[in-house]
Amino acid sequence: MPIRTAYEGKVEFLQILDENGVLDESLAKGTLSDDDVVELYTYMVKCRAVDETAFKLQRAKRMGTYPQNKGQEAAAIGSGFAARRGVDWLVPCYRENAALWMHGQPMHYVFMYWMGDERGSQIPEGVCTLPLCVPIGTQMLHATGMAWAFKMRKEPRVCITYFGDGATSEGDFHEAMNFASAFQVPCVFFCQNNQWAISVPREQQMNSATVAQKALAYDMPTTQVDGNDLFAVYKATRDAVERARSGGGPAFIEAVTYRLADHTTADDARRYRDAQEVDAWMGKDPLIRLRKYLTAKGLWDDAKQAAADEVAKQTASEVVRSAEGITPPVATDMFDYTFESITPELETQRATMRTHSLGQRPQQAGLAAH
Amino acid sequence: MPRTEQMMKQGLTLVDAINEALYQEMERDSRVVCLGEDVGLNGGVFRVTEGLQKVFGPERVIDTPLSESGIMGTAIGLAMAGMRPVPEIQFEGFMGPAFDQLVNHAARYRNRSRGSVTVPMTVRVPWGGGIHAPELHSDSPEAIYAHTPGLKVVIPSTPYDAKGLLLSAIRDPDPVVFFEPKRVYRSHREQIPEDEYTIPLGKAKVVAEGTDLTVVTWGACVHTCNEAMDHFPEDASVELIDLRTIAPLDIEAIVQSVEKTGRCVIVHEAPKTAGFGAEVATVIQERCFLHLRAPVQRVTGFDVMMPYYKLEQQYLPDAKRVEEAVLQCLAY
Repeated sequence: MPIRTAYEGKVEFLQILDENGVLDESLAKGTLSDDDVVELYTYMVKCRAVDETAFKLQRAKRMGTYPQNKGQEAAAIGSGFAARRGVDWLVPCYRENAALWMHGQPMHYVFMYWMGDERGSQIPEGVCTLPLCVPIGTQMLHATGMAWAFKMRKEPRVCITYFGDGATSEGDFHEAMNFASAFQVPCVFFCQNNQWAISVPREQQMNSATVAQKALAYDMPTTQVDGNDLFAVYKATRDAVERARSGGGPAFIEAVTYRLADHTTADDARRYRDAQEVDAWMGKDPLIRLRKYLTAKGLWDDAKQAAADEVAKQTASEVVRSAEGITPPVATDMFDYTFESITPELETQRATMRTHSLGQRPQQAGLAAH
Repeated sequence: MPRTEQMMKQGLTLVDAINEALYQEMERDSRVVCLGEDVGLNGGVFRVTEGLQKVFGPERVIDTPLSESGIMGTAIGLAMAGMRPVPEIQFEGFMGPAFDQLVNHAARYRNRSRGSVTVPMTVRVPWGGGIHAPELHSDSPEAIYAHTPGLKVVIPSTPYDAKGLLLSAIRDPDPVVFFEPKRVYRSHREQIPEDEYTIPLGKAKVVAEGTDLTVVTWGACVHTCNEAMDHFPEDASVELIDLRTIAPLDIEAIVQSVEKTGRCVIVHEAPKTAGFGAEVATVIQERCFLHLRAPVQRVTGFDVMMPYYKLEQQYLPDAKRVEEAVLQCLAY
């Protein structure tokens, strides 16, 4: 018997706006209008300012550990813009602040979260984003389950779930991909391949040439895009989201980007990566190339940039004011969201948290007289 | 599923009761879906979901990939999106891969989001030893989950309780781990109401009233203790309490009983050290200290790996060990 090919796969790489700000007009057709690009660029400037502000707050001891989003704005904003606000659900990791913000999650909530306040993970009515997710690679299963519910109820909604390159080494990632594929649920898996999982580089994380090819094992449409290219990210995500919405099942997107900052403010990336590498990626900064493009097209100038920077600065100050201005949490709050209705034991603990040995009222143990 | 002639004549087993509860709840509430390994066409390895797929279709009684974390994690997503999933983990020994999802996500979402998203799901898990099963098919890990804030842990011992507790669990707004004692899946039959009824979670049941000593237990050990009851001296009046739910614990039921009897023996299958019996004993010490007439005793499994089945009967608390503990406690 001749040996035949049982399976063949390929992964395409999509770039529309190169790092010099030159656009491939034919690929860009039908993607973003000029107005969209100006709006989204302004958004990116705002997000960068807010992100830098969070970093400064941490250094000033006004915020706890914070993971900077710097350098990944095009990936978050391009994908977030492709989903319908209030309809589609975003299931994040913790480096997609811009996407959450765009979908209505107040940015000062994100600050509150990193300032150690659970109220930062509250979701306002009508906003369709899940809380930030710390255990790596676990949230894709939730996105798959939610998307499954949409399919069961025949609702035209889609989930986009975000995760990093390191997360694709986790078992839950593969279980989510398999479930999503087996049940053909409307879920888009969006990998922000930022090259580093804390100190382990992508090449050491896996021997796969691309992250995107992992989706081939699940027969999922997959593509690799320049993650610092707003056009490519938007186009790939929009295609995946709309295909999923119309019953086409899940899809995978690998956005090739770079973590320009440390893993978190508790990390010092100089210990494990070359300054040259970082410098090279600084040149591919999504903000720089978009500004070049807009300027060349006559849609942007220094005055507009100055105005945008000023708005960004004001916005960041407002975010800080709102986050720091919130009334401190009430200590008994910690008891009130364990279950819908508080249990008798928790009620006792709440009532005695500052007065007696835990769970005991003196009279209960016959100690009142002593 | 609708009752068979045998059920009508001889009553329902625990398996029948759970199946009836699932059937009735799926009929009543279109948000309820069952998912797990082999739960669909095959009706589950213990036949608990027998026939349900035929009635409700493969989209509501779902054969999933062999993927415990996948089952738990997608069930969380389903629940957050407004469904009422009832995932099954085939044996308690296979909860390991799903542990992260259950403990770090299902239990925490309500608190994490300050009530914005919740996980109303009931995780059904065949639990405990005594059925000659292979390794990792006979453990009793309930204390681990009772120690996890945000989870409720229910363990029925009879067909009547199983039906009423499962209906409450599925309707509960928070995640419930529903351990099913496989040793008594089919050992007893009971006539139970065909109409739906619920039993509140967190409420113990006094199986037998007494005045001299309280036995506190749950799961299949309720039957072991019942068997021991026949051997106690005639003048010994022993109260038997089936906790039914260990989280939240019905502390008042225990206190009320031990204040009356002054003596308590706790019986469970799980290993002794840091077993849930330790919590019960501490509650008694905190709340009933001046009423105690003897040290609280424990009859439990040993602090060893659950033996393979040739030795499992030597590991499991039996009526004889319960009887000895009760006699010692009474004679103190």
